[in-house]
This record gives sequence, structure tokens and C-alpha cells, in this order.
Amino acid sequence: MTDITKGAIAPPRSFLSQDAVQLFYRLLAAFLICAVLAVLSDSFLSLGNILNVLRQASLTFFIASGLTLVVLTAGLDLSVGANVALSACLAGTVIHKTGSPALGILTGLACGGIVGLLNGVMVTALRIPSFIATYGMLWVLNGLTYWYMAGETLHGFPAGFRQIGSGYLFGLPIPIYLLLVFLGIGTFFAQRTVWGQEIYAIGANPVAARLSGIPVARRLLLVYAVSGTMAGLASIIFLSRLNSAEADIGESLTLPAIAAVLIGGTSLFGGVGTVFGTFIGALILTLVLNGMNLLAVSANWQPLVTGVIVILAVWLDMKTRRRAQ
Amino acid sequence: MREVAVASEPNPLQRIPGVAMVLVLLIALFSVIAPGFLSVANLSNVLVQSTILTMLALPMTLIIMTEGLDLSMGAVLTLTSLCVAIVSLATKSMLLGLGAGLLVGTAFGVANGWLVAILGIPPFVATLGTLGMAQGLSLIVSDGQSVVGIPHSVRDIYSATLLGIPVPIVMALVTYAAFHGLLYHTRFGTYIFALGGNREALRYAGLSPNRLLIAVYAIGGAMAGIAGLLMTARMNSGHPTAGLGLEFDAIAAVAVGGTSFERGNGWLLGTLLGVLSVGVLRNGLNLISLPSSVQVASVGVLVIVALFLDGLRSRT
Repeated sequence: MTDITKGAIAPPRSFLSQDAVQLFYRLLAAFLICAVLAVLSDSFLSLGNILNVLRQASLTFFIASGLTLVVLTAGLDLSVGANVALSACLAGTVIHKTGSPALGILTGLACGGIVGLLNGVMVTALRIPSFIATYGMLWVLNGLTYWYMAGETLHGFPAGFRQIGSGYLFGLPIPIYLLLVFLGIGTFFAQRTVWGQEIYAIGANPVAARLSGIPVARRLLLVYAVSGTMAGLASIIFLSRLNSAEADIGESLTLPAIAAVLIGGTSLFGGVGTVFGTFIGALILTLVLNGMNLLAVSANWQPLVTGVIVILAVWLDMKTRRRAQ
Repeated sequence: MREVAVASEPNPLQRIPGVAMVLVLLIALFSVIAPGFLSVANLSNVLVQSTILTMLALPMTLIIMTEGLDLSMGAVLTLTSLCVAIVSLATKSMLLGLGAGLLVGTAFGVANGWLVAILGIPPFVATLGTLGMAQGLSLIVSDGQSVVGIPHSVRDIYSATLLGIPVPIVMALVTYAAFHGLLYHTRFGTYIFALGGNREALRYAGLSPNRLLIAVYAIGGAMAGIAGLLMTARMNSGHPTAGLGLEFDAIAAVAVGGTSFERGNGWLLGTLLGVLSVGVLRNGLNLISLPSSVQVASVGVLVIVALFLDGLRSRT
């Protein structure tokens, strides 16, 4: 009874929307972490380290931005890390064989996109729950990559290609420009286009979305394909930054990407969240890991901390939403 | 419940469980293309190698029956295996090692159950988080190195026999009997069916679904602890990546075995046949000298096909 009356009362109107308040808290958290790190470590505020944090955050963001769209539809893509590994290895091979970075980049993007599309087909046509379908895909991709690479490492790519990940333009690393571009595209797509709004609608209530004429299956296919393509893009930047490709490069990427999405305020239950929030999420996660690094905490601690952050982020999200309702 | 559902289906082919057909097909395939597959030595090898997976897949069945999932099982197994290795190395006692593994495994299981039941976090994300934590702890306690020089009492468990049957197989059979009794012949088992099928009914009956859920996940963690002992014994060492990904084989066995991800009905014998299917698939591919990477990929394909068939069946 009480639940019904609660639901019937309109929420109090406030100057700032719920989303804006949530975003403000996250920015505040990022600033607080920066302040603490600035006090604890002398090298944190150096220009080199700040650019390093931004570049690192951009890599997580590329994977996480596509993932955000998937999570907005109440799905999940656990295959992104393995997708990055396979795309990077294929792209690297093509560059080595043909000497053409352009063909390599196309290969990486295409591989990522096709894998994403397959995920979409499993979720829509075969109706397999997304977390299971993409989890199966993770192991298929892992197996393919290890088999294809057979323990080999590809390294040494053309200098022009390496500029993408490690070059500078006007004193700023190139990935940061790419970050701004894709942040803009992602935000515009999600907030200002009909397709973007349809994705929110599908996540909020798939039945209502279908009944109001949204082609749910096609939008879901698109969302998974975009997530895969962004993993492909990330693979190119990884390849060019590391100047090498190995079968195991994707293993530590999925959990941080999911963490970035969840810290950024995108709800696992769909329909709520922004691409900009995911950027803040990627930034917060990178700041924490960077801080651990500066304070000479062993890298062995990173999966533990990331795991704790994932659970904390979901729990906080559920708590604030429950209170808001 | 299951018999009723099967009997009402008109197609006679559907009365034969899909997993039995899968297993027979795989055995037939490999006896033709893989020389030496049908030898007694190789078949008993398949059985012994399937024991660790059996210990994970049985509790995974219960967890999936509650419409849950435990992605952390492989990482927790890795951690418990390291705990067994470290403690038995320090104390020279197999039992203390097993105790440490059980303790750590159960703690992770309870944590998973608590996150899922009390905090209400979706199981695949909650256990993905604890996967990261267990993986991190494994790296921290081992400093990324193998733990070697463990006592013979641990290693002997894997190679010893009881009445001519290898001890791991005895352990797996005992485990299966225990799970069968628990699920089909106790009240707790009936409640597990209700957890997935009709949680409201439990509440009306005055039971706490949350406590039952925590118990189910705790059983999963404890079994990972026991499997950790077998893993350490098998490798004769503790390794920080030993069990990573094993939860996938367990999920594969459950899915192939016909337990549904959405309707709360599980079938333990199906899971056992699923474990054997995965074991035969990996062993057969190994015999025709395909690398383990291809085995992993083919298990992935097996899962997707099984889930697709499960979806088809639920629609008809």
C-alpha cells in the first residue's frame, strides 16, 4: 500500500535534474581523488603524469563508450577485452604483411564490428541472455587469438602508424583528441538523435519500446556492433601505443571498462546513464590506479581494487536510485 | 516436474535428453578420428580429468537454478588452490591445507551470496567483481610466482586409488551422490527449486529466500575449496592462474546438461553428462593435437549451441 502511494506522488521539482546531480557527485569524487593524490605524491601534478592519466583514461573510455550503449539497453558485453586482443592481432598481421597502416586499421575496425554484430545476432535472433552470449564469445575469441598467434609476438610497426597512440599534436597526446571526438559523437548520438533516444527507451522498458514501434532487434544489433567497433578502435590505439601485439593483451581490459561504465552512473538495469558519465568513470578509475602506481603499490593489487570498485559502484547506484524513487 | 514436462511433449526425439545425444555423438566422432581415444587408459584419463570440473559444475547447477550465476568460481578455485599449497607447505599437513582452502572458498561463496541476496546486485556483475578480487588476491598471496615443494600427502591424493578406483573419481562420485541427495531428497533441495521457480511461495511459507540463496552460493565456494585441493594435487604446485576460466567449462557443462538459465529447473545427471561431454571434447581435440586454445573456442561454440537449443525448446 505504501509503495503505491509513494509512486503516485510526483517527485519534487528541483532546479537540477537527477542526472546532473549524479554527475556532480562523480566530478566531486574525481576532484577529491586528485586532491588526495596531489598531497600524497609530488609527481602527481606534473604535466607528464596528468597527460599520462588522460591518455590511459582515453583507452579505457574507447572500450567503455560502446559498452555504455549496450548497458543502456540493459545488456552487457563481456567480450570487449577479448575482442580488442583479436582485432589488434589481426590488424598487426595485416600491417606486417601489406605494409599499409590504413588496411590494418580497417581490419581492426572490421574485426571488432563483426564480432559485435555476432554478439547482437546471438542476443536478438537466438535470444540468448547477453551476459552469457558475450561470455561464450569471450572464450571463443580468446581461443581463436591464442591459436592464431601460437605464442608469437608481433612488433615493430611503421612510424606513421605509431603516431596514433604515442604521437603528440600541439603538445597533447593524439589519443586525447580522439577521446574528445568520440566523447562528442557518443554524447550527440545518445542524447540528440532519435536512434539514441530509442536505445534509452529499449533499456527503460523493452515491451513498451516494441509496442510503440521501435525496431528493437535492429537497434540492439546496432548497439552491439558499435560496442564491437569501439573495441576495434581501441585495439588500433593499443597496437600503435604498445608497438606490439600479443594474444593476452585483452585479459585485463574488460573489468576496467565495465567498472568505468558503472562508476559513470549507467544503470545495469538499463535506460539510465550518459556517455559523458562513462568518461568521468574512466577518469576516476584511472586516477585510482595511477595513484596506486605513484604510491608504489604493486600492480598485483589492481584486479582486487577494480573488483571492489565494480561492486561498490553498482551498490551505490542501486542505493541512490532506491532513495530517489 | 521434469518428467511431466517431458511426457507432455509429442515429438519422440525430444524424450531423449539432448546432452546424451551430444555425448554419444562426441564419443562416436572421436573414436573414428582420434586414434587411441577408445583405449581404457585414455577413457579413465578423461574421467580423472573431469573430476575437478564435476566439483564446480554441480554447485554451479544449483546456482543457475536460482537464476543466478557464479563467474568467480575459477578465480576462487585458483585462490583456494594457492591457499592449500601455501598452508600445506608451511604446516606439512594436508588437512590444514584443505581446511584453509575450504575456509577461503566458503568465505568467497558467502560474500557472493550476500552481494546477490542482501544487496540485490545482479549475480553476473557481483561475481565478476569477486572474480577480480579473487584473481587479485591470488597474485598478491603468491606474488605472481608458483608455489612449489608441497608435501607428498597432498600430491598423493591425485594419484592414489581406493579399491582400484582413483581417489579423485571416488571424491567426484561421493560429491554427486551428496548433491543428488541434497537436491532431490531433502527439503533444502525443494527450496532450491522454489528459489528459481517461485520465490514468492517461499516467502509466504515463512522461509527466508535470502538465507537460502547465501547457502547456495556458499556451497559453491566450499566446493571450489575442495576442488582447490585436487587442483594443487594434480599440478603438484600452486599457480596464480591455474584455475582461471574453469568456471566457463562449468557453465558449459550445466548449459549443455539442459539446466535452464531462466526457468529454475535443473538436472544434476544432465550436468554430469555435460561435464563428460566437455571432458571428451577437450580430450578428443587434444588427441588429434589441436592446441588448448582451439579447445577453449570449441567449448564456447558448444555453449552457444546448447543455449540456442534451450531457447528453441522453451519456445515450442
